[in-house]
Amino acid sequence: MKGTQLGEFEEVVLLTIALLYDDAYSVAVVEELGQRLERPMSLGAVHRTMQRLEEKGLVNSRFGESTAERGGRRKRLFTVTAAGEQVLQEARRIRNDLWADIPKAAFGGGVA
Amino acid sequence: MNRKPTAPRWAQQLLKRITAPHLREEIQGDMDELFQMRGQRYGYAKARLLYVVDLLLLLHPRLWRRQAAPQVKARYSKFTDVPKSFLHPDMIRSYLTIAFRNLVKNKSYSAINIGGLAVGMAVAMLIGLWITDEVSANKHHKNYETLYQVKMSQTFDGTRGTQDALPFPVGEELRSKYPDFKAVAMYDRGEGNRSLIVGNQKFLKQGLFIGEDAIDMFSLTILNGNKNPLKEPYSIVLSDETAHALFGDQDPIGKILKMDNSVDLKVTAVVAKQPQNATLQFDYLLPWHLQEKIYDWVGKKLKTNWQNNGWGVFVQLKEGVDPAQTNAKIKDVILSHTSNDANAISRVKPELFLHPMAKWRLYSEFTEGKNTGGFIKYVRLFGIFGLFILVIACINFMNLSTARSEKRAKEVGVRKAVGSGREQLIGQFLSESTLIAFMALVLALGIVLLAMPYFNTLTEKTMSIDFGNPVFWCVIVVFTAFTGLLAGSYPALYLSSFNPVKILKGGVHVGKNASLPRKILVVVQFTFSTVLMISTIIIYQQIQHGKNRPIGFTNKGLISVNSSNDLVDHFEALRTELLATGAVSSICKSNSPPTQWWSSNGGWEWKGSTPDDKSSIFTTIATNFDYIKTMGIKLKEGRDFSRDFTTDSTGVLLNEAAVKRMGLKHPIGEILHWAGKDRTVVGVIPDIVVEWSPYRAVAPMTILFEKNWVGFICVRINPAVASSVAISKIAPIFDKYNPGYPFDYKFADTEYTKKFNYEELIGNLSAIVSLLAIFISCLGLFGLASFMAEQRTKEIGIRKVLGASVANVWGLLSRDFVQLVIVSCLIASPIAWYAMNQWLESYTYKIDIQVGVFLSVLVLALMITLLTVSYQAIKAGLLNPVKSLKSE
Repeated sequence: MKGTQLGEFEEVVLLTIALLYDDAYSVAVVEELGQRLERPMSLGAVHRTMQRLEEKGLVNSRFGESTAERGGRRKRLFTVTAAGEQVLQEARRIRNDLWADIPKAAFGGGVA
Repeated sequence: MNRKPTAPRWAQQLLKRITAPHLREEIQGDMDELFQMRGQRYGYAKARLLYVVDLLLLLHPRLWRRQAAPQVKARYSKFTDVPKSFLHPDMIRSYLTIAFRNLVKNKSYSAINIGGLAVGMAVAMLIGLWITDEVSANKHHKNYETLYQVKMSQTFDGTRGTQDALPFPVGEELRSKYPDFKAVAMYDRGEGNRSLIVGNQKFLKQGLFIGEDAIDMFSLTILNGNKNPLKEPYSIVLSDETAHALFGDQDPIGKILKMDNSVDLKVTAVVAKQPQNATLQFDYLLPWHLQEKIYDWVGKKLKTNWQNNGWGVFVQLKEGVDPAQTNAKIKDVILSHTSNDANAISRVKPELFLHPMAKWRLYSEFTEGKNTGGFIKYVRLFGIFGLFILVIACINFMNLSTARSEKRAKEVGVRKAVGSGREQLIGQFLSESTLIAFMALVLALGIVLLAMPYFNTLTEKTMSIDFGNPVFWCVIVVFTAFTGLLAGSYPALYLSSFNPVKILKGGVHVGKNASLPRKILVVVQFTFSTVLMISTIIIYQQIQHGKNRPIGFTNKGLISVNSSNDLVDHFEALRTELLATGAVSSICKSNSPPTQWWSSNGGWEWKGSTPDDKSSIFTTIATNFDYIKTMGIKLKEGRDFSRDFTTDSTGVLLNEAAVKRMGLKHPIGEILHWAGKDRTVVGVIPDIVVEWSPYRAVAPMTILFEKNWVGFICVRINPAVASSVAISKIAPIFDKYNPGYPFDYKFADTEYTKKFNYEELIGNLSAIVSLLAIFISCLGLFGLASFMAEQRTKEIGIRKVLGASVANVWGLLSRDFVQLVIVSCLIASPIAWYAMNQWLESYTYKIDIQVGVFLSVLVLALMITLLTVSYQAIKAGLLNPVKSLKSE
């Protein structure tokens, strides 16, 4: 499926958007990812990725409410589209298949 | 007041500026929110810092793009607004879009076009820089227009030679008696390597004695110190580089250093080092009057000696003085002082004249007393090379554009049918070619930047592109735009003239003559390349010829060391100790380094010589024992100076040229007369090549036995000892007997190789240029061949159906090109022959141009052509005819 190929970072961001469900906007994604990946996250990188995801049709966006700490500016809220979900499922399936097929000896027999 | 903390205002402003309009609101909001969040978490100072960091990380084209991607669809609504002019911004955008799509669609074509043009432009730019550097030499001197060097022409043996070595009193004479000059500075022309001692550190640096006027004349920038630093005799002026080497970061002004282990000098000024292309180069300057104080022979004898040539004079003319008139006035200055011993001097007819600074660098050669050019010939040569390669690249561009534009006839037809006007089509083709030219420019600049270090090493310069210079950009942009428009002009005019009805009905009928201009261009291109190839080979052969010239002595394992008073005084002890190490097989004294001669003399008389023969000049080597042995010369006749013969102090050795010049049948034992002494010929040596140019005829030479005329000490290393080992054994002995100088030695073979520097440079540059010329030409051929094959796909298909083999098809497609290349070679050969003959004129020891060169270049060119074309030809031949024919 050319065109919907997901980069590693794109996949993580897409998953985070799904995870945050109704409150997925850039700052929340930055926060969430920063905690989970245990590394500082650049707002710019997240923005770019979300834009790309939108261009690929994997997420939809709408303007949300504005708050005081945003200087009265609105935030853009994202939701995963059906296509986005499909791509995530696909990625997961491939990974699961890969894990399942790793021979035990590969990791020194440590994998149960 | 309890205002809420905010992010830095400038950062907010910047953010607002860089972000795309459609993203601005959310990004600004996000940044503010993050700021507040972090402020509460880590404190506002850190939050501010992180704000700026985030801002920097936002620098990405995706976030500045003016247009949001999903909104692209909206543009189609503009379809109804038909732009009025073909220069309307929307139209230009559309041209560029189409041009870009075309480039991407035909990747190989684009690569050939852009790559070839880029290489051509890069080479032209590098050569342009090199020429600029040469032409602008010395222009940094403020008095560029009014500075002159005084030169002198004299006639020896019927040839008029020109030199800059003048008698010592000339400078003072010009200064005191001729009001034409604003300033006069005398200088010594010697090599000027002296030792400077600071504390217990010894440095060997190059400098010269020069008159105090020089500082202002050459507008030397005094960085530190006295305004007139050469006034007091015991002074020294250092270049900033030397000052740093000697004193590090200390202030050198007023510091005392010791020169030649004998004289204490006070540093009076530091001047900026001269640029690499300046003629006047020095590590330090010494006051002219210091010479009289430290060398008694200068003060006593030289001030009135009008016959000993060894000093130079720079002059600055007053504003508005015509140099031609000054020349007439100073012409006979020397002659007027030699009336009493007119015999020798008036015979050579010395005449003084002025050589302007503007000509120092590029016009420094004189033949028969006339200025006949010099390095300018190389500058012109490479100017032509650069032009050639650029023309070759442009021809590629045009050829490929026209070849391909025939293919695009249908596109033109459709466009016209849909309603595009001719000017819009012209606009489109021109935009396309200009776009290509600018892409090539970007690539070319990249190539230039990458190649610059290597180019600088090759040419021994320190050039760089001045990107801050608007003139540079103007030239480059105009030049590129011109190239693009020129290359695009033909296809644009040609194609836009098509009648749409005809094209769409039955395709273009490309007439028989349509490819003629292209053929002519290919011939021109290959003519240039072939000329370059032939020239390169001949230049290379000439260099090899010079390098392989039998030099008459063994320069391998021979080293020379600058002599000093200490070394002369302790020569015997030095010799004994050096020989005792076993690393040295022989050692001698000489007045010049082993690969050069530094002195020459007239006034020789021999049996049967006429008074005119007294003006014959003989190269002079002054030595004592073991010169022949140390140099590794095989004697022709007689013997070396020997310790066994007490009479050898009046002996003399001749080279074969001298024997011939004097017309001696049996030279051994002949008595010659020179400088008031009779001298007996004891031996004859072969013509050793110690001329400054190894391509020159060897001059007649006399080798004198002179104990105290020493400039160098030559040492032959025992061949059984590795030279590095030998040096390590020799060094301490020299250090012991020569405490005032660092041990500075030169290998004769390395020094000899240096004589080929210019030719090597020319050879290497022309080899590179001709290789690139061939490469670019072949790129063009490759492209052309592929289009020809494509154009004739159907024909080839039919031929194959009718039984033609792959070889037949290959022959069919290659024949055209082979013919063109043969024609090119036929045109190129006489051009190259003529040009190279001219070039070789300046060498006495030279090769004869051989027919073989032309034949081998022809064969080579044909092979390269066939290799280039064959790929496409065979590909076309292998194509399945079913595929190429089934479309209709």
